[in-house]
Amino acid sequence: MGRRVLLIEDEPNIIEAISYILSKDGWTVHTHSDGETAMEKVMQGVPDLIILDVMLPGRSGYDILRDLKGQDATADVPVMMLTARGQAKDREMAIDLGATRFMTKPFSNAEVLESVRALATP
Amino acid sequence: MPDRILTGTRARNRRLDLGLRQAHVAKVVGISGSYLNLIEHNRRRIGGKLLADLARVLEIDAALLADDTTDAILLPIKEAAAAFPEATVEDARAEELVARFPGWAALVAAQRRRIAQLEERTEALSNRLAHDSQIANSLHEVISTATAIRSTASILAETPDLDREWQARFHTNIDTDSERLAQSSQALLGFLDMEMEAGDTQTESAMEQVEAKMAQSGFYFSGIEAGDTLHFDDVEDPSARAILQDWANSASKDAKRLPLDTFSQAARATAYDPARLASRFDVPLDMIFRRLAHLPHDLDHPLMGLAVCDAAGVVTFQKPVLDFRLPRSGSACPLWPLYQALTQPGRAIRRVVRLPGRAHTPFECFAIATPVGDVSFASEARVTATMLVRPARNEDVPDVVGPGCRVCTVQDCASRRHPSLV
Repeated sequence: MGRRVLLIEDEPNIIEAISYILSKDGWTVHTHSDGETAMEKVMQGVPDLIILDVMLPGRSGYDILRDLKGQDATADVPVMMLTARGQAKDREMAIDLGATRFMTKPFSNAEVLESVRALATP
Repeated sequence: MPDRILTGTRARNRRLDLGLRQAHVAKVVGISGSYLNLIEHNRRRIGGKLLADLARVLEIDAALLADDTTDAILLPIKEAAAAFPEATVEDARAEELVARFPGWAALVAAQRRRIAQLEERTEALSNRLAHDSQIANSLHEVISTATAIRSTASILAETPDLDREWQARFHTNIDTDSERLAQSSQALLGFLDMEMEAGDTQTESAMEQVEAKMAQSGFYFSGIEAGDTLHFDDVEDPSARAILQDWANSASKDAKRLPLDTFSQAARATAYDPARLASRFDVPLDMIFRRLAHLPHDLDHPLMGLAVCDAAGVVTFQKPVLDFRLPRSGSACPLWPLYQALTQPGRAIRRVVRLPGRAHTPFECFAIATPVGDVSFASEARVTATMLVRPARNEDVPDVVGPGCRVCTVQDCASRRHPSLV
């Protein structure tokens, strides 16, 4: 089994597209689309990398990121934030909260793949 | 005062420009030459009929000859020059411009004021576009759909060996996403149209300024808990300041009746149940709503929003939360429990609602309408409705309420006032 990535995103066709390209690249992709229960999903099996959307139903990606970085089990897991907003303050907030990378939609598949590979490198 | 050109000087300059003799002008307006001389040297103030007569002879608008013209025209002209420092203007001769060519000077001043007004409006609109949650949601929908299409199309284009099942699946995804993109683009246009209409009549409303001020501190002021009197001197708009002061007075009373530590503990113990808290503290339900909505975020309380409206349904205060925000323009959906409470004062209402469309957070809403102020036999009771809003558990089956008719996708709605643009 390849390295595990958890994609937390509520847009089903983005989930399908990213899952496809990452699976093809050898990743085992788990997905989740609800903000409120995202932490429970993470704790069921801590992944090697988390791709986290900012605007999720139930709970914001920033709040989830804060929880991830506040817990020993998940504090060191790299998190790549996805957002439709690319303003500097959004980027700063994500980085301040501990995001490893910040990607603004719409992104290309190549960008996603390149970022995931870079983050997976120890 | 070097910036002040008085009426006399202006009249003298104008007369000389026109090549008129002092004695002639004095005669026409019915005064002596020596009196006109005193006027022209600013040793006599004039107004009324004499000012009007003198202006007529000098072929100039009386308003441009009056003393108060200086500040109204000269200052904007100087501002205009300062706004374009790269332009070479005869700065020292601005007063002369006003005196000799009052009409042209007034035009430059009027244009400067118009530019300043348009700049303010542009900034207000820009702030709205950046901070309005409905526009943000709509834009998010457009960008997310575009992302899905781009990603899926790339896979189709760059994967020649894609098997037929995946190909069919991705083609279907692009088809559904392109339809969604068309719809969400129209919704976005609808929001922008509404914003532009609002921008035609106002810049930043008092409510927006209040929200901005409250948002700066996370809708929480620790001074309230300490019994401090809050001042909002940094808020320029007196209406906004009055709303904030009213809020602070009400919040102080709530804090005295429901001290933070005791209330926080009880809120957690009752799972933030407003009815149980009202019973436990023996206070009105609307006070519990306000207190819950203003609990400090750093104490790990759940997110809660609040809306208050008067008997006419005008939102007088709101704390937005996630997607929840009632429109500023007064065109909110009447299905919000806030408005339903107004029809049955005293009745506590609880409903789980969500906005139409995909992936919107369901909200648990608690609302009640209550009389406010002193009771009197001489006048009608003043009623306000208060609604507490918080994200609901997904297992609740929510009713759908719209963001406003023009951008609401629910077609068969008995409460619809306007056709949808979506």
